[in-house]
Amino acid sequence: MLTLVIFLPVVVAAVLLAVPRAGDRTVRWAWIATSAVEVALVTAMWVTYSPAPDGYAFEQHHRWIPSVGAGYHVGADGLSLPLLALTAVLFLACAVYSVRRTRRMRAFAALFLFLETVCLGVFTALDLLLFFVFFDLSIVGMYFVIAGWGHRGAARAALMFFLYTFLGSLVLLLGFLGLYLLSSPHSFDIVELARQDPAAGRGAVAGLVLLALVLGLAIKTPTVPVHTWLPPAHVEAPAAGSAILAGILLKMGTYGFVRIVLPVLPGTWRAYAPVIVVVGVVSVLYGALVAMAQRDFKRMIAYTSVNHMGYIVLAFGAAALVAASEEQARQLAITGAVTQMVSHGLITGALFLLAGVLHDRGGTYDLGSYGGLARQLPAFAGLTALAVFASLGLPGFSGFVAEFQIFTGSLSGAPVATAVALLGVLLTAVLLLRAYQRIFLGPSRTVVTGDLTVSETLAIGPLMALSVAIGLFPRFLLDVIEPAARGVL
Amino acid sequence: MLWVLVAVPLVAGAALLLTGGRADRWAPAVALPAAAVTLALTVTAAVTRPSVSAPFLAGMPFGLRVDGLSAVLVVLVGVVLLAVLVFGAGEFGPAEARARLCGFLLLFADAMLVTVTATSLPTLLLAWEIMGATSYALIGFWWQDADRARSGTIAFLTTRAADLGLYLAAGAALAGGATALALDELGTLPAGWRDLAAAGVLLAAFGKSAQLPFSFWLSRAMAGPSPVSALLHSATMVAAGAYLLLRLQPLLAATGWAAALTLWAGLLTALALGAVAVVQRDLKQLLAASTCAQVGFMVMAAGAGGVAAGTAQLTAHAVTKSMLFLAAGAWLTALGTQELPLLRAAARGDPVVGLSFTVGAVTLAGLPPLSLWAAKDAVLASVLHTSVPLYLLGLAATALSAGYAGRALALVWSPPDDGPAPAPEGSRRVRRWQVAPLPPLAAGAALGGALALPPVWHAFGDTVDAAATPEPTGAELATSAAIALLAAAAAAAAVRRRGDLPSSPALAGWLGLEHAARRAVVLPADVAATLLARFDDRLVDGGVRAVSRAGLASARLTGARLEPTVDAAVRGVARGGRWLGGLARRPQTGQLHQYYAQAVVALAVLALLLIVL
Repeated sequence: MLTLVIFLPVVVAAVLLAVPRAGDRTVRWAWIATSAVEVALVTAMWVTYSPAPDGYAFEQHHRWIPSVGAGYHVGADGLSLPLLALTAVLFLACAVYSVRRTRRMRAFAALFLFLETVCLGVFTALDLLLFFVFFDLSIVGMYFVIAGWGHRGAARAALMFFLYTFLGSLVLLLGFLGLYLLSSPHSFDIVELARQDPAAGRGAVAGLVLLALVLGLAIKTPTVPVHTWLPPAHVEAPAAGSAILAGILLKMGTYGFVRIVLPVLPGTWRAYAPVIVVVGVVSVLYGALVAMAQRDFKRMIAYTSVNHMGYIVLAFGAAALVAASEEQARQLAITGAVTQMVSHGLITGALFLLAGVLHDRGGTYDLGSYGGLARQLPAFAGLTALAVFASLGLPGFSGFVAEFQIFTGSLSGAPVATAVALLGVLLTAVLLLRAYQRIFLGPSRTVVTGDLTVSETLAIGPLMALSVAIGLFPRFLLDVIEPAARGVL
Repeated sequence: MLWVLVAVPLVAGAALLLTGGRADRWAPAVALPAAAVTLALTVTAAVTRPSVSAPFLAGMPFGLRVDGLSAVLVVLVGVVLLAVLVFGAGEFGPAEARARLCGFLLLFADAMLVTVTATSLPTLLLAWEIMGATSYALIGFWWQDADRARSGTIAFLTTRAADLGLYLAAGAALAGGATALALDELGTLPAGWRDLAAAGVLLAAFGKSAQLPFSFWLSRAMAGPSPVSALLHSATMVAAGAYLLLRLQPLLAATGWAAALTLWAGLLTALALGAVAVVQRDLKQLLAASTCAQVGFMVMAAGAGGVAAGTAQLTAHAVTKSMLFLAAGAWLTALGTQELPLLRAAARGDPVVGLSFTVGAVTLAGLPPLSLWAAKDAVLASVLHTSVPLYLLGLAATALSAGYAGRALALVWSPPDDGPAPAPEGSRRVRRWQVAPLPPLAAGAALGGALALPPVWHAFGDTVDAAATPEPTGAELATSAAIALLAAAAAAAAVRRRGDLPSSPALAGWLGLEHAARRAVVLPADVAATLLARFDDRLVDGGVRAVSRAGLASARLTGARLEPTVDAAVRGVARGGRWLGGLARRPQTGQLHQYYAQAVVALAVLALLLIVL
């Protein structure tokens, strides 16, 4: 079942490329249909989800490279299932959004279907090598999306993106090798490693392995100061590419923390948790402040991603600092962090697609070129207002459920850091509302026509609807995450 | 039942907003029945006192409960909501964005309903911030005007800055062991966390209820339509801050310092913003500053432990102030202005509006036997219980209230100016629906004076708060009445004799609070943002680019220098090999005698070597 879910898109992609005369129309509908089937399959997984005693459901384990103890081991638990759902939903949204705007449709669709497989693979892999393969392939796929369908400076930005994150993945591989060598018997299996606690009593070596893992994942997340590949990549990427990059690919970094680093190296993580907290807080404030100074809408949203991902890193750090007696606070922080991954995926995905609409109508992302758009494009203005308020963490949207849990859970572990990070909530409100005001409110300054099309509304609307659903009725999501969050640290 | 109460305005409001402009024609036909049903449900809830709960976050249910304090507030919200929607149906025609106005008003009031019935911090915070966000949409209702849109942003951001206090309080509550984050657990937290929680609550409440130093956002909030002001200034938003302090009075009292700080903050706001109100030129600005000052009395009550007194003040003020804002709105429609000097003789126009405004202003002045007189004296009685000097300062604030109310009243009744006629922008006519809600509200404002009667007061006090509340003595009631009467008469006399009271730029400009906030908070943040962005471009990203440049440069260096050297060396070796090969070829002549000679020489050398070694 799980293997089918993972590999269906790439099989369809191969078929699309193999069929010699597939028209754009066929390709489009095949793409949308496949993405919709994926959503249906993941929904079915969600409904039938009942984890085994070890916490995983839909587990599959086959021999792959037995000489190094690496196997094809996949499974889903409460940490991965929400991200699988997010992946399926966001790829469907991108398919619907791209329905009538893309050149070289066949290659584009195939690339996105390939990326969907890769993303689902990362979130289900329970073997380090398998994880690494998918993690690396995501970079390759996104490189071609940016380079092939991006704006003017895309080639350069794509190259920077590729080299930077590829470097990160190499460092990550070093860390994986370190874990392999520390374990006995040697293994790449995540479940096995978590059982072994391979770093116990290894002192400095464990510290070095942690450093490699954290650096590798931090580049992908990204946190300050290894974030500078993100803004140019976003600015140059096509809208759907940005949505996937911010919505899914960034989560691979934070997912790596909660899937691999925290369970496998709990003691070492606790020892270095203060550093992680600082990295998180700096990302929160730095990301928000730099975003505030941007004049380019897309670049600004890219920096708010640094801010939002900072909350997750902060929560992971603070969860390790919470006293052993305060189980509830730790759980709350980790549950909040996982919720934030889902929430940020939905909201930022929507914001980037909306930025695509803005560029489509006005030809630029420059904030100063717009004014009073709400008069000409009321539906666009309304949907963007929803996304903006969702992004600034307003209650009623998913961001609040995530951030409230993160802050409340983290305060006892890292009181000063959490109090300082709270300012990030205010700063994002300032910068998003200022940008909104500049683009949409006040007197009209440009002639822009063409309100949201049906496909745009159908792509973006459900993302916001899901965010509201999580914001008001979070139990369906939290019931899945909470039991899994309990076992993380 | 409580779920239905919350759902009715939510569903109606959301439906209106999602339908958008198409719903403008029939928006009141949806909103008014929804508000009427809401009012009926609030009354039922106040009688039956329901409580509901649903799972929300881990161990932190989403809980709503109607107790005595909530009962008073939900009914109040229901009444004012209906009144402002009726007024709005009159003020706004089908060609205007009525669906948006009605939809947001319903959501706004709904958020207040959840706020005052919430039993835990997550529930409260959820509604609290949604209320803030809807206030943004309502204040910036006329968003085509950049300045009004900016006012909405400023109001929302100011209150949100204060809202961070509630996040802090929630974290402190959990850290202190209140695992469900229930509001009634906060007072029993261990000392350190309790202080943090109290500090957070004070911050949030002062921000929301526009106490010093946050008062300036309320001046900005005047950019919204009159029904919005009427609701925002009475039963919602500013009232939420006061409500939170009254609700969490046990927490404030438990810390000690928080109660004292609350008392002082309320008192200072009542004095400073009372003085600001006295000199405002614009009627809505006068009423706004007066709101800060009147809410100051509620905050004082929370600090002094007079929960019932604060609630009475909240209720009386809400009814009075919503009516005054609606009357001001009616004049704005009819006369096209809200400038007090241009509103001379306005009260002599439409009699219902004029009389209602008069009743409201007299109530606001604190004159007997009207509601605010009774309520304010209950507040002052609890302050007197705490400290005599503070009580005297409170009386001074009462005099200011009477001063600004008396001035406004005298101005709107004074004979028309002989000067140039005011700009005839208005419709010259007050619409019927605009007038309808005024008399009932005026009646409420007046009849609330019954609270001064001990049996009524006891019944009210028992409903709101089981704790014994100090009640004002006859002498206290008489003193405050005399002070109010004198101050109001003095202001009216000054208006009559000189035309108006003297003004001062600092007071007229709301003490420069907004400017100060801009200089102290916004500007440094903007500068930091600009500097950091430059740092990010030049140093962080520049560093990365420098590394890649260094990589390229070393590649070029290798290509241009190292590579030829290595190549030359390799070629040198090859040349050497060729040369040696040439040498080696020379002995190979193919002639046997030469080979023999070479062999002989070689053997001779070997022999020589053997001998030597």
